[in-house]
Amino acid sequence: MSSKTLFDKIWDAHVVREVAGGLTVFYIDRHLIHEVTSPQAFEELTTRGLTLRRPEQIVATADHNVPTRHQNQPIQDPLSRSQVDKLTENCAKFGVELYGLGHQYQGIVHVIGPELGITQPGLTMVCGDSHTSTHGAFGTIAFGIGTSQVTQVMASQCLLLDKPKRMRITLDGDLQPGVTAKDLILYVISQLGTGGATGYFVEYAGSAIRGLSMEGRMTVCNMSIEMGARGGLIAPDATTFRYLQGRRFAPRGENWNRAVEYWQTLFSDEDAVFDAELQFDAAATQPMITYGTNPGMGIPLSANIPVLNGGSEATSFDKSLRYMGFQPGESLLGKEINYVFIGSCTNSRIEDLRTVAAYVRGKQKAAHVEAIIVPGSKQVEQQAIAEGLDKVLADAGFELREPGCSACLAMNDDKIPAGAYCVSTSNRNFEGRQGPGARTLLASPLVAAITAVEGRLVDITQYVN
Amino acid sequence: MEKFQTLRSGVVPLPIENIDTDQIIPARFLKATTREGFGQNLFADWRYTADGQPKADFVLNDARYRGHQILLAGKNFGCGSSREHAAWALYDAGFRVVISSYFADIFRGNALNTGLLPLQVSDEVLQKLFEVVAQDARAMLTVDLRAQTLTVPGWAAAIHFELDPYKKECLLNGYDDIDFLISQEAAITAYEQQRAWIF
Repeated sequence: MSSKTLFDKIWDAHVVREVAGGLTVFYIDRHLIHEVTSPQAFEELTTRGLTLRRPEQIVATADHNVPTRHQNQPIQDPLSRSQVDKLTENCAKFGVELYGLGHQYQGIVHVIGPELGITQPGLTMVCGDSHTSTHGAFGTIAFGIGTSQVTQVMASQCLLLDKPKRMRITLDGDLQPGVTAKDLILYVISQLGTGGATGYFVEYAGSAIRGLSMEGRMTVCNMSIEMGARGGLIAPDATTFRYLQGRRFAPRGENWNRAVEYWQTLFSDEDAVFDAELQFDAAATQPMITYGTNPGMGIPLSANIPVLNGGSEATSFDKSLRYMGFQPGESLLGKEINYVFIGSCTNSRIEDLRTVAAYVRGKQKAAHVEAIIVPGSKQVEQQAIAEGLDKVLADAGFELREPGCSACLAMNDDKIPAGAYCVSTSNRNFEGRQGPGARTLLASPLVAAITAVEGRLVDITQYVN
Repeated sequence: MEKFQTLRSGVVPLPIENIDTDQIIPARFLKATTREGFGQNLFADWRYTADGQPKADFVLNDARYRGHQILLAGKNFGCGSSREHAAWALYDAGFRVVISSYFADIFRGNALNTGLLPLQVSDEVLQKLFEVVAQDARAMLTVDLRAQTLTVPGWAAAIHFELDPYKKECLLNGYDDIDFLISQEAAITAYEQQRAWIF
């Protein structure tokens, strides 16, 4: 048998049949849905007189629109409330398990999948949300889809797909103090640009990836979409198995043993051939920050904004810097920051909250900074309280809110005012992403915590040991 | 989905690279539960002032381009969020074709499922097209889907563009993937029966 990449192994196991023209009828094991990209799909299903083929393979939650305060009360915004109500209504009508507001498992769709053990190696998963790539951290083919495709999976449990090309990004070396998974992926995206991996499914490999926790691996895979990749993927290993064991929907007993036996076959064969291979020295990576309006516009915190001399990108680059209020060649160190947002499907897991709490323990945020922390799920929130992190954060002047997508995309009330700077642990710094006119600088939870305390951007290497 | 066969139209130029779907339709406008009405919020933050007045310097508010059904955009159009609402907004605003030198994967799929043609050309052709429109705001292009050609006034030869043959048939006939996938019921059932579920 010829050698295969990890992606090929999972892909081949999910081919229902190949059809003319190179397209594949591709089977989907798990379908995650939320309130924003599902209502039109349910409506289409009804219009066509179709039903859900496998309702038991769908899990629903409300996350994009939900308020992060007073979740026990009705949602104030009538449009948000109506969209969440529509999800509740559709789930009841079609028999879908819903972890809605008030449920102990409610949270951001990409946070609850892994923490409940719904996400498992070797599976295929989709969601009407681009950050579905997060689940690839478990050795899962997971990717975002549009609403028409949500309808397709609902009706047939399949998608009609072209097989993507395979890319491997190898990150070797030990990380320097203060450098995290977020810095690694921001660095890779800054090297590839927002379209650098378009058409590819990326496998991350190398000692720096192996050394990451599951939370860190999820952060890396989460942002694969920001360089255009269809998804990210990491071979499952002992770290993966340890994370999954005992979780709510993980296999148990004899099934667990059989599952692990299968999962251990999920790796790229030594002589497998990728369509593209890239290597980076993880040991040389520094704490990162973005200065522009796409995630590819990132630099080490202590570096200067580049200067671009003409070229087709110049118009977009200039427009971007104008929006951000920065100059080419400028250093960001010393810039005053008014908002810090720690949350989103990239960095709202318990490990992220622990990182922040460990740094701010006994310190105070700067008086002019509003620092909000939005846990990724009800379970993360409960765990933070159980560990006493809520008190540490409160003592430091941080506000720990209730779970949801929040100021990552500002569909709820959590918006950054026009012109204000926000250091954010989320995944996108697009114009207006955190509210019209908001200026977003993407960074790791550690950089965000230090910024909140200092009230300005600093070279964090002096603050970590 | 409506059929698409040929289109002769003027062009709206938007020479900006990496236009993400948050610009095409900002997240706060995604709260509807039907597909209608997204066109009025297309490029909302570039198109209107904070108090809702049209910005004179944005191309969609420029009378010279009104009614044009082809959007000409910089490289890597449609990156970011997977929201199909971006394709719906463009379609609802009257666009039937977007020309760029690169499309983000999810956007390309969403556009095709909406009946909006993502027409990819080389970087060089894209630059020349921007020059054509800069010289004549009323320049009319012709897109012939069956022949896979783009005809530009004053150019000796039509430009050929690539498109997946299956997707081309879907657009020409107004079909979508759902019809096809449902016709695969027997194969899907057979797959489910042989799949080794280990959990």
